[in-house]
Amino acid sequence: MSFPWAREYNPSNGFTRFLDEKLPLPRLMYNAVGAGYPVPRNLSYFWNFGVLAGFFLVVQIVTGVVLAMHYAANAQVAFATTEHIMRDVNWGWLMRYAHANGASFFFIVVYLHIFRGFFYSSYKAPREMIWLLGVTIFLLMMATAFMGYVLPWGQMSFWGAKVITGLFGAIPLVGEPIQVWLLGGFAPDNAALNRFFSLHFLLPFVIAGVVILHIWALHIPGSSNPTGVEIKTESDTVPFHPYYTAKDGFGLGVALLLFFAMVFFLPNALGHPDNYIEANPLSTPAHIVPEWYFWPFYAILRAFTVDFLFVPAKLMGVIAMFASILLWFFLPWLDKSPVRSGHYRPLFRKIFWFGLIPAMIVLFICGGAPAEEPYVMLSQIATAYYFLHFLVILPIVSSVEKPEPLPYSITEAVLGSDKKAVLGENTTPAV
Amino acid sequence: MADTTATASNETVATTDDGIRRRDFLDIAAVGTAAVGGAAVLLPLVSQMAPSKDVLAASSTEVDVSAIEPGQAIKAVFRKQPLFVRRLTPAEVQAANAAPVSSLRDPETLEERTKEGHADMLVTMGVCTHLGCVPLGAAEGEVKGEFGGYFCPCHGSHYDTAGRIRKGPAPTNLEVPEYEFTSDTVIQVG
Repeated sequence: MSFPWAREYNPSNGFTRFLDEKLPLPRLMYNAVGAGYPVPRNLSYFWNFGVLAGFFLVVQIVTGVVLAMHYAANAQVAFATTEHIMRDVNWGWLMRYAHANGASFFFIVVYLHIFRGFFYSSYKAPREMIWLLGVTIFLLMMATAFMGYVLPWGQMSFWGAKVITGLFGAIPLVGEPIQVWLLGGFAPDNAALNRFFSLHFLLPFVIAGVVILHIWALHIPGSSNPTGVEIKTESDTVPFHPYYTAKDGFGLGVALLLFFAMVFFLPNALGHPDNYIEANPLSTPAHIVPEWYFWPFYAILRAFTVDFLFVPAKLMGVIAMFASILLWFFLPWLDKSPVRSGHYRPLFRKIFWFGLIPAMIVLFICGGAPAEEPYVMLSQIATAYYFLHFLVILPIVSSVEKPEPLPYSITEAVLGSDKKAVLGENTTPAV
Repeated sequence: MADTTATASNETVATTDDGIRRRDFLDIAAVGTAAVGGAAVLLPLVSQMAPSKDVLAASSTEVDVSAIEPGQAIKAVFRKQPLFVRRLTPAEVQAANAAPVSSLRDPETLEERTKEGHADMLVTMGVCTHLGCVPLGAAEGEVKGEFGGYFCPCHGSHYDTAGRIRKGPAPTNLEVPEYEFTSDTVIQVG
């Protein structure tokens, strides 16, 4: 959608006029991320993570294509070609560490992006479709990252592949045939490695496609903002360019400083040392864990240790793990409160900061810890809270809570009163 | 007006009593053919991922078990997966028989899990029935878990001396593959 005060694209020379008539790509860009896209003036730094996620997707695609020029997806040589990249390929170490740490940074910014959405209810009408596409992207990201981690064919790669495909084996009747179909055999081997390589190459382009839909869906209602109050007048907005291109640029600079600090000085801090041991189908490492960004969901999987009615514990864990994310698809309809921003929702704020966040931290810690007490019990409690939070507590809170008074407009929230705001906006040229 | 008359007369010709035109059958036939064609394209695209002929050709394996002393176990490879062959000590056999069968998650006696005349030779897949890790306990010095058999480090499943699930998330006992003694000291698996 375009606000009536959005600046209009004006082709300035013969070439852009020619393009504008034949294929108006510059006009599309101008209206999407240029000066033609008005954005709430009060976005905080929490609104930087979408652009950062897009940036890390590009980092992954570029370094990934480069790595695929030197990597061979064959169980005999996969581990060796990875070391070949590290030792012999020009700048190969940089490409590999940037790709491996890039995955971690991709997940860091996406988690912050998601929890921004949770707190400010960015999933609420009219932004449900943006949210649904976002959850789809997250699921695709997890599948892509999983298959990427298998490629070096280290111990964690192999046993991760075995355990994650084993999840499908838990499905009654069709489970085992599905697992054999996924692996192309009875245990991870060449066939599995080969197809994971192919799909790891394909899925990022699917992600890029869904990202385009995600951005398209965003541009229909426009960005949400920290007050949750919708845009009313021109004074509530500033053009995306140069205001938010500059702010996103600054955020990108900070993210790059942190990213390269990791790549250059702590490249293996987020990885697992066992993946520097070549895959051994006859011996499982004593403490096998997935990559850190899967830990909360892995903890939910492991929290189910006893059979429930007719459902075996193994299947329960698998259902719970998938449900913990699929649940997010229903979030726009579970949270009924008409108020979007957590800033004006006293009860919601409490369950967010003292309920959901601690539960996620406990799940994160338990997912990385061995499957022993007290971690099993802790992850059971946190898992129970996690589901209660979304399915029971959040719907109840959203219907009984008395929200705090909202500002009349975004401008009022920024400048204190509408009168001052109007005076303040006189300097902005009306275009 | 002429058009209406033409349409009306067409319909009189092609419409049966319940309002279905003969032409509707063409639509159904065309869409049906396209659906079958689509499925025929999908089938090889899906099926190519199933195990290929060389993987399916995985043959049987012979294992010489003569060198295994009581209390020892060896790991062999069967269809690219680990196979545990363990000779139980009398104490381990006793421990396995002492457990009340009805209380087990997957009730099976040690006798049912071994061959006649070789009650001390336990042959199982070394694949945890939870999510497929290799349980510890076969090699010397490895943790054997709370029931003196095997312990899976992935999610903490404990197996007893007969390889039966006793504790943890795994649903069934370690699988006993099809095998037979071809001589007193050699088994053929598969």
